[in-house]
Amino acid sequence: MTSTTDQVAGLDDLAATTLLRFATAGSVDDGKSTLVGRLLHDSKSVLTDQLEAVEAVSARRGQDAPDLALLTDGLRAEREQGITIDVAYRYFATARRRFILADTPGHVQYTRNMVTGASTADLAVVLVDARNGVIEQTRRHAAVAALLRVPHVVLAVNKMDLVGYEETVFAKIAEEFTAYASDLGVPEITAIPISALAGDNVVEPSAHMDWYGGPTVLEHLETVPVSHDLTACPARFPVQYVIRPQTAEHPDYRGYAGQIASGVLRVGEAVTVLPSGRTSVIEGIDALGESVDIAWAPQSVTVRLRDDIDISRGDLIAPSASAPATTQDVEATVCHVADQPLAVGARVLLKHTTRTVKAIVKEIPSRLTLDDLSQHPEPGQLVANDIGRVVVRTAEPLALDAYADSRRTGSFLLIDPADGTTLAAGMAGEAFAAHAHEAEAEAVRADDAGWDF
Amino acid sequence: MTTVAHLHEGTDAPYALSHLDALESEAVHIFREVAGEFEKPVILFSGGKDSIVMLHLALKAFAPAPVPFTLLHVDTGHNFPEVLEYRDRTVEKHGLRLHVASVQEYIDAGKLRERPDGTRNPLQTVPLTEAIQQLGFDAVFGGGRRDEEKARAKERVFSLRDEFSQWDPRRQRPELWQLYNGRHAPGEHVRVFPLSNWTELDVWQYIAREGIELPQIYFAHEREVFKRSGMWLTAGEWGGPKEGETTEKRLIRYRTVGDMSCTGAVDSDATTLDAVITEIAASRLTERGATRADDKMSEAAMEDRKREGYF
Repeated sequence: MTSTTDQVAGLDDLAATTLLRFATAGSVDDGKSTLVGRLLHDSKSVLTDQLEAVEAVSARRGQDAPDLALLTDGLRAEREQGITIDVAYRYFATARRRFILADTPGHVQYTRNMVTGASTADLAVVLVDARNGVIEQTRRHAAVAALLRVPHVVLAVNKMDLVGYEETVFAKIAEEFTAYASDLGVPEITAIPISALAGDNVVEPSAHMDWYGGPTVLEHLETVPVSHDLTACPARFPVQYVIRPQTAEHPDYRGYAGQIASGVLRVGEAVTVLPSGRTSVIEGIDALGESVDIAWAPQSVTVRLRDDIDISRGDLIAPSASAPATTQDVEATVCHVADQPLAVGARVLLKHTTRTVKAIVKEIPSRLTLDDLSQHPEPGQLVANDIGRVVVRTAEPLALDAYADSRRTGSFLLIDPADGTTLAAGMAGEAFAAHAHEAEAEAVRADDAGWDF
Repeated sequence: MTTVAHLHEGTDAPYALSHLDALESEAVHIFREVAGEFEKPVILFSGGKDSIVMLHLALKAFAPAPVPFTLLHVDTGHNFPEVLEYRDRTVEKHGLRLHVASVQEYIDAGKLRERPDGTRNPLQTVPLTEAIQQLGFDAVFGGGRRDEEKARAKERVFSLRDEFSQWDPRRQRPELWQLYNGRHAPGEHVRVFPLSNWTELDVWQYIAREGIELPQIYFAHEREVFKRSGMWLTAGEWGGPKEGETTEKRLIRYRTVGDMSCTGAVDSDATTLDAVITEIAASRLTERGATRADDKMSEAAMEDRKREGYF
C-alpha cells in the first residue's frame, strides 16, 4: 500500500505535515490584526494579488502603509466600521505544519465568537499590550480558553518596542497571567515577548531581547504537540448514518458510519450500544473503502458488528469495558450565543454528537462574571454572551461525558425549536479544571490523565 | 491509492493523522451529517476540481452503498466542452442523477438578459435559486473553500439561506465544535461546504494521492487564446475575440473551471499532477485573483453575489 504522493518527487514533506488549529484573541488595539498579518505575510501566505488589493485600498484612503487588517476583514460592514465582527478562518503553511487560524474578534460583545473560534482550537494566542499589562479583557480571554479546555495557551506580550524591550515588564505580565490562567486550570501556558509591528519574535527571533531564550510565535506553533496518545482514552463512536447498500453485490452489508470522537477501536472488541445497552463485538472496520484492524480519533470510518441489533443515528458505540453512563439530567456550563434570552422553563432542543432530543431548562443556578470569575446566583435568564451554569432535563437518555474528559462527547448545543436558532454552547460537568480539582479531588484528576484533546 | 492513515510507529505521536487525512475525515463527517439530517440534499457539480473532489469524498463516505444525493449543474451555456463531456461521463459511471439548470434557457425565454460585458457567471444565481426551490432541495453542497476569497473566509460550513436563497453574514449561526445545526424553516435551505478548510494546494495534493481523474483543461495544452483585461481567454462562439483582439496559440492551463467568458488561463507547461502541484506551491497569485474576472468587479463582489444566493 503506497501513497501516490510517494511518486511526487520532493513533495513528501508537504504531504506528511500535521494540522494545527488555533485561535487568536486580543482587545481592539492590541495589534491582533498586525500579528495575524505578519504571520501570514512572513510565512509567505499573502499572495501578490491580495497584497496589491490591500495596498490599493489603503492608498485610496490616504493611509501611509498597507493596512494589513484589510486582509482579514472580509465583510462590507467590517471594512466600513474598521472592526472585526465575525470569526474568519485563515490558512497558511510552513514546511513543518499546516495551520487553520480562527481569527476571532476582540470586542466584549462578541465573546460568543471567541467561543466559536476556541471550540475547535488546539491552541489559543492571547494578545496583551505590554504597556497595559493584564487587563479585564485578558482575563476574559483566559477564562474562555480555560472554559473551552483549549489545551495550549500562548500569551503574546505585544508592543515590547514601546516599553524599551524591558525584560522586567515582560516578566511581570507573564507571571501575573500564568498565575491567573493556571488557577483556571489551563494546562500549558507559553509566554512570548513580541513586537508584531517590528517583527520581533513573531517569525524571526528578536535582536532586541537577548534575555529571551524561548521560541518565536511561529516556532512554537510549528512544534507544539497536537496529536495526543489517545490509547489511554475510552473510545466513543457516535453513529451518524447506517449504510445498507441492499445491492446484489452487498445484499447483507450493514455498517454504522461515523467519526471516532475519542480513543481507538479494534476489530474483535466487545462493545455496548447506548442508550439501549445492547452488546456485540466489532466484526470489521471499513476506513473509507479499506478494511482495517484498528482505527482512531478523528478518523471517519464504518463499523460492522457481529450481531444484527437495532442501531440508528444518534446511538453511541463504546467499548463495553469503558462505556459511559447515560443520564437525562445534564448539568453544564453554557455560553449563550443568541440574541433571544434563555430563561428557566424554556423548552429547547439539545444536540449532542449525532443525537438531537427535546429538553427543558430546569434551573439556571448562576451566571459567571468573566472579569472576576464571581458567580451571580439565580439570574433567571441568560442573554447574549452570558456564561452560566444550567440544569437541563432531556426527554431521552444521553451518553454524555464530562467536557473535561472529551471536548467532543461532552459538548452540546441548545437550539430554539421554533426557528432553529443556536441558543447556547454547552459543556457538561464542571466549569473550570481548577474548580473540578478542588471539588472532586483525586478521582477527577485520575480520570483526567491521558484525556487531552 | 492510500485511503487510510497508518500508524506512525516509533514516533511520539503513534495516532497522528496527516493533514490530508484530517481534512478528508472532516469532510466525510459533514457529508454523513447531511445525509442523516436532511430530506433532499444535492451536490452542485460543475466538473471543476472542487466539485470533483466533493463527489469523490461522497463516494468514499457511503461506500459500498451509492451516494444518496443527486447532482445539480448550473450550465452557463459557455462551458468548456471537455468539462461537459467529463461531467456526463462521471454521472453515468457512478449511476448518479444530474439536474441541469440552464442559463441559456433563461435568456432564450426572456427571463434573463445578457450583460453588456458578456459575462454569464452572475447570471447563474437565478437559475440556481429557482432550481433549488422548484426541486425542493433542503441542503445544497458547494465546493467553496474559505481560502478562495475574504468573504468566503467568513462562510460557515453549514450556511442557512432564506426562502430567497440570501446569505446574511450578520445573521450567521455560530459554528461550535463539530456540532452542525441544519435546522431550517420550510422554503429555507442550508448551503453546505465540506471543503471549507481545504486550500487549493490541499485539493491538488488530495487529487494526486487519490489518483482522481480531471478534465484535461487543468493540464498544460496548446489553445487558441486572446487577451482581455489582462487574462487569456479561450476564443469561441461565446463572444470572443472582439474587434481589436487577436488570437494566438499558447501553452496554457486553467486553475479554475467556469464560464469561458470570465475564466482566464495561465501560461504553464505543467502537464502532470506533480508539475501542477509544484507550480501552485510556487505561485504568488491566488487562484481567483489570477483567473477570475467576476471577482475583480469590486472589493465586495463575492460578498454581494453570495448575499443574492450565488454559491
